[in-house]
Amino acid sequence: MAVKTATGAPAPLPGGSAPAKNGFRAWLNKRLPVDEFISSQVTGYYAPKNFNIWYFFGSLAGVVLVLQLVTGIFLTMFYKPGEATSFDSVEFIMREVDYGWLIRYLHSTGASAFFIVVYLHMFRAFLYGSYKAPRELLWLVGMAVYLALMAEAFMGYVLPWGNMSFWGAQVIVNLFGTIPGIGPGLVEWIRGDYGIADATLNRFFSLHVAALPLALLLLVLLHLVALRQTGSNNPDGIEIKDKLGADGKPLDGIPFHPYYTVKDVVGIGVFFVLFAIVVFFVPTLGGLFLESPNFDPANPMSTPEHIAPVWYFTPYYAILRAVPDQRLGALLMLLAVVSFLFVPWLDRSPVRSMRYRGWMSRTALTLFAIAFVALGYLGLQPAEGLYVLLARIFAVIYFAFFWLMPVYTKLDPVKPVPERVVYHAH
Amino acid sequence: MADHAVVADDEVDLSRRKFLTRATIATGAVGAVFAAVPFIESWSPSERARAQGAPTELDLSKLEVGQMSTTVWRRSPIYVVHRSPDMVARVAGHDGDLKDPGSKDSVQPDYAKNALRSRTPDFLVLIGTCTHLGCLPKQRFDKGELYPSWPGGFFCPCHGSRFDLAGRVFDGSPASINLRVPPYSYPNPSTLVIGVDEKGAA
Amino acid sequence: MRTDALRCRPCGLALIAALLLAALGCAGASAKEESAEQPKEGADWQSWHVNNDVADLASVQRGARNFVSHCLGCHSLKYERWSRLGADLRIPPSLLQQQLLPPGDKANDYIQTSMPAADAANWFGKTPPDLSLMVRSRGADYVYQMLKTFYVDPTRQTGANNLRLPLIAMPDVLSPLAGLKRAVFRDETNAAGGHEQVFDHFEPLAPGSMSAAEYDGFVRDTVNFLDYVSEPTQTARRALGVWVVLFLLAFTWLAWLVKREYWKDVN
Repeated sequence: MAVKTATGAPAPLPGGSAPAKNGFRAWLNKRLPVDEFISSQVTGYYAPKNFNIWYFFGSLAGVVLVLQLVTGIFLTMFYKPGEATSFDSVEFIMREVDYGWLIRYLHSTGASAFFIVVYLHMFRAFLYGSYKAPRELLWLVGMAVYLALMAEAFMGYVLPWGNMSFWGAQVIVNLFGTIPGIGPGLVEWIRGDYGIADATLNRFFSLHVAALPLALLLLVLLHLVALRQTGSNNPDGIEIKDKLGADGKPLDGIPFHPYYTVKDVVGIGVFFVLFAIVVFFVPTLGGLFLESPNFDPANPMSTPEHIAPVWYFTPYYAILRAVPDQRLGALLMLLAVVSFLFVPWLDRSPVRSMRYRGWMSRTALTLFAIAFVALGYLGLQPAEGLYVLLARIFAVIYFAFFWLMPVYTKLDPVKPVPERVVYHAH
Repeated sequence: MADHAVVADDEVDLSRRKFLTRATIATGAVGAVFAAVPFIESWSPSERARAQGAPTELDLSKLEVGQMSTTVWRRSPIYVVHRSPDMVARVAGHDGDLKDPGSKDSVQPDYAKNALRSRTPDFLVLIGTCTHLGCLPKQRFDKGELYPSWPGGFFCPCHGSRFDLAGRVFDGSPASINLRVPPYSYPNPSTLVIGVDEKGAA
Repeated sequence: MRTDALRCRPCGLALIAALLLAALGCAGASAKEESAEQPKEGADWQSWHVNNDVADLASVQRGARNFVSHCLGCHSLKYERWSRLGADLRIPPSLLQQQLLPPGDKANDYIQTSMPAADAANWFGKTPPDLSLMVRSRGADYVYQMLKTFYVDPTRQTGANNLRLPLIAMPDVLSPLAGLKRAVFRDETNAAGGHEQVFDHFEPLAPGSMSAAEYDGFVRDTVNFLDYVSEPTQTARRALGVWVVLFLLAFTWLAWLVKREYWKDVN
């Protein structure tokens, strides 16, 4: 069936979606802006047509958030927080609740998947300059989501009350003790006891199940609103809104629905295939996703041989251990996370996307990516010998990426940016 | 000039689009249903609940004539009454005052669907939960204990329902059916097992 | 403009990262390599792998029987019920009752040991740990190696020591089966210049009721059983996984066809 459409109108969707002026649809629309929302935010929202693989990770992050919320709600139905009951209740879920094992593995794998997706999502921003004006606030809200996510993951890990839960909490909470003056008092206040104890576990449970999910949802919503306000960036870093067609829609844009809804479903499918392989066949992923010391109950009298946080925190952990001074190490670790916040202003390049930047920016980003992965690996190893030296070298590269950025992005020889986006049909 | 991103080609095959989209949505819906199963199943009684709900045994040799023992099965109180011959006799003669003398509307296994509502005359096994709103009825086994013509039975303090020595409900009670009988059996004459009968474990 | 090179950016980065990690891994490994040694009994104990298969029901059943006969006296499996064991291992209730269930325990009970914890702590210095999650926490190979590297040590109160877990509090309770052996150490100078005793080989002292092969089979079955106990749902998990992944592949393929169809519009 041949359909010739006038310029600008997308091919009609099968099934049609003509708003009825009568009936339930009309009744609903008088009371809630349903059709208006759909036509402005979904079918009428134009996104750049040249999105590539790096643009899947936003919607995937949303999917994983929903997954964690649902599996988390169900786990909370069976989990019993408390020094005496937490560990046993997790084994109860694994062995005695029908399909409890599946819900648990979905949640534990989901936590790691969340960080894989979020790190790739953040990397996209570096590839294409998505944090540059006018998207600085979008980036900052995203960073707030990342910080909330790290807190959520940290507290969630304490809940099974395994030996790594206990000792990981001990180490990280003790870090706050390095703050001059208020440190020791602050640590006791966080713990609610003289050591990591029942009080700590219960408050972390409340924060993990109620407070932080609420904060995460609100922040993600804010993130989407900020995105809607500026529109998406794209791999060429060009503002598609600069070139509008006769209908007022960007020439290089396509309606989000059906094109990106349909494309994102494929991304979600591929993600779930990989996710399912892990959940059903290698849920511990060799100790990376579920660490073996955590299959022992928390024991304040016995420290595991290697205390390592879960893999997604290890880059920062490596930086912490690279510094021989405890206070300075903690400060540098904090700076490692905080540095991300300054990027929109550290980046002085006249050009957004790596495609049109010069060798300096590309080298810097490549080195940063290597350093991040290497630091992550080193954070899992014992802090001895060669590992410490390498951690120091990569920590320097890590910080240089951020704090030399005003220099190398200014000096970098850039390439001319095209007028229209580069798109190859696929 | 049509220089817009989206231009429908000559050959937009709408029927193919429709078919593919519907097939994918259908497959997705099937997947969603299967994905919901583990979550719904997780609400079933856990292994622990099933273990705690295992059959309960009672040693009948310790239960004296005229006495009642209360035990638990599947979180419900179970009344086991060792009826004397006199108590057995007092089950009869007041069918006209009962709402369901033949236990037609009431809940009991087939072997308890008789006048005495039990396998054997000397032992009565009941779920000790009032069939009105769930309180525990109190034993009032003596003749005339509640009023002169009271044949003996159970009295529920919450709303005043009355049951006879076979657990059958009297007219004038808020409860509408007789006290329920659980599945039970006697592996040997002095042992009662609640929760197991010819049909197997409940 | 040249965008082809950048289309491979993710590949390039991944390749560089992978090469770097491989190099780091090799560096670690080669530090442990030593020149080939003459085969001496037990010298290669650290590379003993159990390679067990939890789906081998007969092996897990034998392991269950081994555990009840030789381990239950001190070690509990407090997260596993007898009835669950029976159901998963396809042991009929009557057989479970006769052969495995200790007198007085009911089928629905969790598997407890009869040894009072306080007494055990007194006799051995520490309470024999519950073994429900031992394989998940230390690994199957660890348990396998531990059960096979006991040796006679007169300096210790229990008269025994262990290579996998030096100064182990557990006595060598399996010696009637495995026999007794002595550990021979040799003197070596370590990297820091000091002297240390390094395990060289075992010397058999007295035979047990089982041959070496029989005892090895015994340990393998027992470790296999403990692997099952540490995650009873694992076989169900893998079986379900096959169907889930196949379904998801089919769905993704359909979704991709839809995507390709719609994206014909875009130029």
